Amino acid sequence: MVSTTPFHPRLSQLNTTGLYTHWQGQLSALRYSHAPKHEYFAVRNSVGIFDTSPLHKYRIRGRDAERFLAGVLVRDIRTCRPGRAQYTMWCDDRGFVCDDGVVFRHAETDFLLTAARPNLGYLHRLVGRLDVEMADVTEDYAVLAVQGPNSRAVLAQLAPEVQALRYFEHTSAKIGPAPVTLSRTGFTGDLGYEITVESGQAIDVLDAVLDAGEGHGIRPFGEEALMMLRTEAGLPLVDVDFYDSRLVHTDHERITPKELGMGWMLRGIEDDTRPFIGRTAIRRELTEEASRWATVGLIVDWQHWDRLHRDAGLIPPKDEQPLSYESMLYDGEGGQVGYAAAFMYSPVLQRHIGMARLRPDMAAPDQEVHLEVWIHHKPERVRARIARLPLFNPERKTANV
Amino acid sequence: MNSTNQYDAIVVGGGHNGLVNGAYLAKAGLRTLILERRHVVGGAAITEELTPGFQFTTFSYALSLLRPEIIHELDLVTHGFFPLMMPSSFHPTEDGDYLLLGEDHGLNLREIKRHSPRDADSYDRYHHDLDRVAQAVRPLFDNPPPNIFGKDPEDHADVAWLLNHLGSIEQKVMHDSVRLLTGSASDWLDDYFENETVKGFHASSSIIGSKVGPMSQGSGLVLLFHKMGEHDGHLGSWAFHKQGNGGFTQVLARAAESLGAEIRLESAVTSVVSREGRVTGVALADGTEFTAPVVVSALDPRRTFLELVEPRELPADLVENVERFRFHGVSAKVNFALDGLPVFPALKDRIDQYGGFINIGPTVEYVERAFDAAKYGWYSERPFIDAAIQSVVDPDMAPPGQHVMSCFVQYAPYHLKRSDWDTEREAFGDRAQAVLESHFPGFGDLVLHREVVTPLDIESATGLSEGNIFAGELLAPQMYFFRPAPGWSQYRTPIDGYYQCGSGTHPGGCVMGSPAKLPSQRILKDLAR
Repeated sequence: MVSTTPFHPRLSQLNTTGLYTHWQGQLSALRYSHAPKHEYFAVRNSVGIFDTSPLHKYRIRGRDAERFLAGVLVRDIRTCRPGRAQYTMWCDDRGFVCDDGVVFRHAETDFLLTAARPNLGYLHRLVGRLDVEMADVTEDYAVLAVQGPNSRAVLAQLAPEVQALRYFEHTSAKIGPAPVTLSRTGFTGDLGYEITVESGQAIDVLDAVLDAGEGHGIRPFGEEALMMLRTEAGLPLVDVDFYDSRLVHTDHERITPKELGMGWMLRGIEDDTRPFIGRTAIRRELTEEASRWATVGLIVDWQHWDRLHRDAGLIPPKDEQPLSYESMLYDGEGGQVGYAAAFMYSPVLQRHIGMARLRPDMAAPDQEVHLEVWIHHKPERVRARIARLPLFNPERKTANV
Repeated sequence: MNSTNQYDAIVVGGGHNGLVNGAYLAKAGLRTLILERRHVVGGAAITEELTPGFQFTTFSYALSLLRPEIIHELDLVTHGFFPLMMPSSFHPTEDGDYLLLGEDHGLNLREIKRHSPRDADSYDRYHHDLDRVAQAVRPLFDNPPPNIFGKDPEDHADVAWLLNHLGSIEQKVMHDSVRLLTGSASDWLDDYFENETVKGFHASSSIIGSKVGPMSQGSGLVLLFHKMGEHDGHLGSWAFHKQGNGGFTQVLARAAESLGAEIRLESAVTSVVSREGRVTGVALADGTEFTAPVVVSALDPRRTFLELVEPRELPADLVENVERFRFHGVSAKVNFALDGLPVFPALKDRIDQYGGFINIGPTVEYVERAFDAAKYGWYSERPFIDAAIQSVVDPDMAPPGQHVMSCFVQYAPYHLKRSDWDTEREAFGDRAQAVLESHFPGFGDLVLHREVVTPLDIESATGLSEGNIFAGELLAPQMYFFRPAPGWSQYRTPIDGYYQCGSGTHPGGCVMGSPAKLPSQRILKDLAR
């Protein structure tokens, strides 16, 4: 019997397609309507909701909780005050990424960590003699992402606290009688919030959000729209951009935070005395400039794209669904210098874009590279240039009221 | 004269084409001035808050034909270009049923099958054939027409290019092209479909802005024209720009200004000044003069040749051709502020049918009968309506829970035989509303505000002669080599330095930008000589 999230009874009524995929063993809508692009537009232009409940959630409490997390997570949790959250990763001792998640600090000694894949056993074994309690609360809470330029106006009708929330802050609030955590987080690269609510009250909260969103263009969006959004936002995805280092066979499948484009997480690490798993290896990678890849944005030369296709007798395709496979990248001489891990036509940027991993010496902004595309069953190379991630980065994402 | 009134180029008219033309000239380094008569740029592509909180697209209301290269070359995304693709097309029939097409191809085929099993596969064949014609015609859209009467080597090269291109078109595609360019939409549709609803749905784009019915020869060209857009890689797809088409022209204005063009509002040009056959500048109604060696008119051909300059100074055959250039506006708008969404009884509690165009012209015959009235100088008893509730896709267009509905209504001939438009305005609005009421019972109760825009209003507000939305009809005798007049299709005029751009020039109307970009190339080439 397939498992469903607490929002499912209502969201499934709104899913006119009956199309679902599995996300960590739970049904997750692929799309709600036969116009996934319209779901994407809801997030970029008005407001969309996404059921992100299947993410694993761990409650981490105790006198030593901060010390514990500081020793595990790549980002320094000690700089995260109560009421704030951090997007973070954790690595193995060779400095390769194991998993990513967001850690919410509720109090000095009270944290909630999300994880893309199960991690409780692993984390547990790292506790040692510290005073830390850890519990898997995945099933206890449902999480609803409310994303897009109108998300603030919609939620403010229910919980005025949302107005004051800064990027990656969170607060407790009430929606109707239900206690919730409101956080300014999400996976769309836009203005947006997530509501964490006890599972039993999930439907009531969802209904309240849907009511408040009426007239603001609210609609649920599925995984297809999410993939478009996250690619434009340059956000890495487990089992696409990285694999759990503990579960793969070769270093080709492994990646470091720096290689994944998360170098910003490592700022100050040279002078910092905080030990955490993988720190020595990461520091060595930085000082020796040993990174194998740089993760950057890719913008395809539209004229070249159009010409290649028109010369082949085709209408230049502009498909907003990201490719589900890698495309190779070459330098001017035809040597392979990297690959595009995600590639799509961005409706909001009106360009073909990608997230690419390149040899670091080829990854400077504006560097020209050549992307392999297939036309009439033959490889062709289209010009592209490197750009900084995220490719779509509206001011509203981080702006305060 | 004050040196600040000197420019390298002056564009008369700040509609979308004037802005695009000015932007390209500025991009090439010319000190460019764009003069707009009204208090706002955009011409017929404006968005106005007619009643608080409700954004009306008074005239032009959707985007499709805008050439993709213009988006990139003018860096429009940086300035806020944001087309919201329409997810559906909705076609109510007269018996309460409907045809609802969306993004899912398989579902669309099922929906057509519901009306006619045989038309389901015809639907693919129809679009494939039409796409092939659009592809064959596209190079003609993207290049100026060769001067077939010209004698210099460049003209010969252009003609050779054209012949070479025509020679590369497959026999079937060429025949289809000619059938579309000269024939009727109705004949074309009969080749594919048996079902009246399916035919009616496809016929609607064959009459937009034109004094033709779907059974008239010439309506095929209008149908093809509306297939030439390629938003996001889909031929014939449509979008609402964020904040309506006025939102789009604001983007163009920002792009033009950032490229260095200067825009001056409330600056009506009364005449283009020339000396000994060479343009020297323009004069405004208030007496202000601006000088420039290049002046571009973005107005329609009648104004470009018969109003801004003295027809006496032009060749007689050009004047005659422009005088008989057909405008014959037949389109009106009836725009509504609504207190809620209309209810379509067969799709109660659903809103997905309102994501794109709502096409009220159930059958070819319905539309043809609507056209009949126009032939005899009167407006339709039961008009054709192309409606769009833009606030469904862009909720910022209206207060939460309320909506704006733009209705493009035909036929409303500019010349009424027994009355005038100021007298008939509300009666005409009532007829349009009655049609809506018959499809959406209770519609009238939702109406908070109604704006009726007659062809006369279109003319007086935007300057489009006779209210023709394409600045001249899209009919074969006034297309390509002949737009706007034989011998003058390459954007020059008989006055040196005086150029034409805009929808009255090749390739024609709609928010396309080509008849602004191509003229800018002509101008820059001439300047380089």
